[in-house]
Amino acid sequence: MTCPPPAELSSLTLLGFGDCGWGATLLWGFGNSLMIALGAYAIGFCIGVSGAFGKLYGGPVAKDLLAVYTTIVRAVPELVLILILYYAVPALINQVLLGLGYERINLPQFITGVVVLAVVQGAYQIEVLRGSILAVPHGQIEAARAMGMSPVMLARRITLPLMTSNAIPGLGNLWLNATKDTALLAVIGFTELTKATFQASATTKAFFTFYGAAMALYMAISLISILLFGRLEKISRRGQRDARG
Amino acid sequence: MPIQGTTAEKPIAIRVDGLHKSFGTHEVLKGVSLTACEGDVVAIIGGSGSGKSTMLRCINFLETPSSGTIEIGGEAVAMRSDGSPSDRRQLERLRQSLGMVFQNFNLWTHKTVLENLIEVPVHVLKLPKAEAEARARKLLARVGLAEKEGAYPAYMSGGQQQRAAIARALCMEPRAMLFDEPTSALDPELVGEVLQVIKGLADEGRTMVLVTHEMKFAREVASHVIYLHNGVIEEQGPPAEVFGAPKSERLKQFLKTVG
Repeated sequence: MTCPPPAELSSLTLLGFGDCGWGATLLWGFGNSLMIALGAYAIGFCIGVSGAFGKLYGGPVAKDLLAVYTTIVRAVPELVLILILYYAVPALINQVLLGLGYERINLPQFITGVVVLAVVQGAYQIEVLRGSILAVPHGQIEAARAMGMSPVMLARRITLPLMTSNAIPGLGNLWLNATKDTALLAVIGFTELTKATFQASATTKAFFTFYGAAMALYMAISLISILLFGRLEKISRRGQRDARG
Repeated sequence: MPIQGTTAEKPIAIRVDGLHKSFGTHEVLKGVSLTACEGDVVAIIGGSGSGKSTMLRCINFLETPSSGTIEIGGEAVAMRSDGSPSDRRQLERLRQSLGMVFQNFNLWTHKTVLENLIEVPVHVLKLPKAEAEARARKLLARVGLAEKEGAYPAYMSGGQQQRAAIARALCMEPRAMLFDEPTSALDPELVGEVLQVIKGLADEGRTMVLVTHEMKFAREVASHVIYLHNGVIEEQGPPAEVFGAPKSERLKQFLKTVG
């Protein structure tokens, strides 16, 4: 079926799921954005926790390596890191592979997206988590140590729960960054929400409609996230007296 | 093979021998020793900066000694040449036999009082939860906090927190108790309730090492008193002698200023 010129269609039709609507494309992009953000955030959190403990309690080599990692990643724009990982790294690998007589490979965009954003998230989360470990009252850690807890159990049962309430505001910020950083993956042609919006609006010239819709979707993620993080913070602050008195 | 203490008829609970401790170039402890047999109450007194808290904290390696030996229940803590513990598991096991009470209570703020008490018995000593809870409730009743088992520490007075902290240490059924200035952070009117609990423990024959500023209390409960000055044991003996007939000028001066 051929669609009438987009100018003759209502915004609802354009955003709908019918033959002439772009709803499915947008939703597909939205789903991709969310999955990338979730994947990157989860991996970033694992990097963050181990990195934070490593920076505080690790040996000199581990500390130096982590310092190099957090410094470089936080210094270079995310966009540049994405371009490096998507274009430069595969080019390097392919040179080696072709030299050895293998076929060239292409990195899947989804994996690239998750990996780059996870590396970025990890670097920032290390610093947020390190700060929140340092904010745990030392006496409470000492009490656990004095009672014969092993370092791993102490981290799991005392330090982690106590640092959570300190970490949540910072971690909430990073999650919101993660959801918005997914838009950068448009430059490597990955169909996340921004790229999908761009395609829809460029084809139909209904810029207001589509960018407005994209904004509403990004906004929806943020609002729901803020609610969830607020709930988490409340749970993690159990036993603490309200600082506002 | 653990070495058995045989100097007295009672077995030795804690022995510290030739303990040195330096922070950087500053030597805080210059070769101090201490023996606490089962049932002894050893009080360490001294001015600010005399090294008394450091001495206590070296017993369970919250501070790493520079040199010297520490024995808990006749078993020497394995140390490297720099004084750091060389066998983490041994140290953890020995620490489980020492109940430590801190100046600032150090209850875990994210856990209720009951959860504080059963944390180590359940997760470290692997006691069944019901058994640990029964033990904890008995102890809470004993320190007068039966009503507070569901409370979070931040909502309790300092005296209540310190009594809960004592119950938490007792809940591990330790061989000996270490008290690090247990009443120094308390408002004057709350000191009495905590001292009463500690006195009750002394009366039932618990082994204790106690760093304190409460001279009257030390005289009342201690079986042996150590006076530290500048990292050296200046004088020691039964409380009647140390407080009643001090020999050194410094101790006389000290007792005059604090008494």
